[in-house]
Amino acid sequence: MNTDRSDRSDRSDRSDRWDRSPVVLENVSVNYGKHHALRDVTVEIPAGAVGLLGPNGAGKSTLIKALLGLLPPASGRMHVLGYDVNKAPRAVRARVGYMPENDAHIPGMNAVSFVAYCGELAGLPRADAMQRAHEVLFHVGLGEARYRNVETYSAGMKQRIKLAQALVHDPDLLFLDEPTNGMDPKGRDEMLALVRDIATTKAITLILSSHLLPDVEFACDHVVVLHKGAVATQGPIKTLKGTSGRVFELRVKGDEARFAEALRAEGLESHGEIGEVMRVFMPEHQPPQLLFQLAARHGAQVRHLRPSVPSLEDVFARALGEEM
Amino acid sequence: MPIHDQGYRHYAGERALRRRAWWVIARAGIMERLRERRFLGLLLFSWSLFLMRAVQLYLGTTIAQASFLAPTEETFHQFLNQQRIFVFFITIYAGAGLIANDRQSNALQIYLSKPITRHEYIAGKLLTLAAFLVAVTWLPAMLLLLLQVLFSGGVEFVSGHPRLIPAITLASFLQVSLAVMTMVALSSLSRSRRFVSMLYAGIVFFGAALDGVLRISTGNPAWALVSPQNTLAVVTDAVFGNASPSAVPVSVALVALGVLLGISIFILERRVRAVEVVG
Repeated sequence: MNTDRSDRSDRSDRSDRWDRSPVVLENVSVNYGKHHALRDVTVEIPAGAVGLLGPNGAGKSTLIKALLGLLPPASGRMHVLGYDVNKAPRAVRARVGYMPENDAHIPGMNAVSFVAYCGELAGLPRADAMQRAHEVLFHVGLGEARYRNVETYSAGMKQRIKLAQALVHDPDLLFLDEPTNGMDPKGRDEMLALVRDIATTKAITLILSSHLLPDVEFACDHVVVLHKGAVATQGPIKTLKGTSGRVFELRVKGDEARFAEALRAEGLESHGEIGEVMRVFMPEHQPPQLLFQLAARHGAQVRHLRPSVPSLEDVFARALGEEM
Repeated sequence: MPIHDQGYRHYAGERALRRRAWWVIARAGIMERLRERRFLGLLLFSWSLFLMRAVQLYLGTTIAQASFLAPTEETFHQFLNQQRIFVFFITIYAGAGLIANDRQSNALQIYLSKPITRHEYIAGKLLTLAAFLVAVTWLPAMLLLLLQVLFSGGVEFVSGHPRLIPAITLASFLQVSLAVMTMVALSSLSRSRRFVSMLYAGIVFFGAALDGVLRISTGNPAWALVSPQNTLAVVTDAVFGNASPSAVPVSVALVALGVLLGISIFILERRVRAVEVVG
């Protein structure tokens, strides 16, 4: 029986490391038959709010399921909160909350029964689970609807109840898989505020998997970008945005394809479709005049040039660009 | 005030990591069914034969002119055989949705993301159905035996038939195990409770019909093996010391039931997973 948040004898000698990096993966590969869903992933995920970014099929959900001990890795080691996931998956799941991506509930139950039931499954005594269920449902904004059958809930309410069942046993680590899916703008803002609040004031480390960059940028401080099952880049969002150098928004007239080719030949990275505003990354040492010179040399005119602020979208685009 | 400002408190109470999740699951499943009036009605109705047998025992043990109604081992054997119809209906009603409903609502990933194992989950589901089936087989049969003791005012009948209690227990156990394992395995195959019900009814009725047709056309009573229910009857007949009308040896019938249970376990192992891997 475990009654204390710090009562983890098997991690006592390395507790500093686990407090700093609650999730550690070393050379982890996960396969679905012949398909390699994760390839040799090595990453230390720090405490706080961490975004797990990547296009569809990048391996985000697979990574979360592997960390929960639901998918055995073909190779590598995973530690969550100091526990070896392969050796102690139950201990991991007792300390972790998981909000799945798709609609999931236990049929035939009202919200408070469902959340209390999840609390009991997580090891809470029945009375405590019921009390926590009421508290958590109020916390996620479902207090008034807690006696309604979950099957009658709207899409947004279903997202909230998934969060409630993940929180009921007061986890140390929370996995949120696309938490704003299907929510209206107001509900989405509220959910993100809730997520941000959990990470910042409740001291629960959370890993937010999403393909929505603004969601991650709002709620998280740190990001891990996955692409084709491998880590494309990772680090604090501020640092990643800061090391991008300068970014310029650019619109040109003329032979855009040739101009884009010239940028690449010059070692400058650009993103954007032909005919749209391009975003060009320039190292600090290169002056923006270079863009005019390149355009003139390659039959194009610069019609619009504006310095821009590096965004998470740039980080994402660069990370995927470097990998592709 | 944003709704989330209503506060979140860390939990400092007890956390049990002992393996009791199967009981949490079974208890929730049992309570959910008992809340349904239709199911309660079915459960009560399934005790109607018990009442009739209780009257028979009373008359047979207390009125000399009705001594032909006095119980024998066969009385209890017949009672368990007659309860098969209720076992069938309760299995369908309470069993078809056990895993199918969870699959339909993606509940498996909720369950298996908690500190429980697949085996605990399956055990909880098996126990849910087994509890109801025991309540209409072993429990009323044992109560009938108790009533016989009370009506006769002595334990002569029980002591004169020492194998009766083990026979009732073993026959009920086999009946319940077969129904529970088959139904829960079938329930894991589909997301539709209705489809699972039809599949189970199909296996029961089609097996029995095929057995009947093949027996008549070939004259060989060994075809009982194509029907799980008739194969079970071969074993329960032997448990109560009766000769089975089927030519199937008990050992072969036991192997056939073992194979069926093995297939059910194999299906459950394959189908109860938090992550479905296709291809």
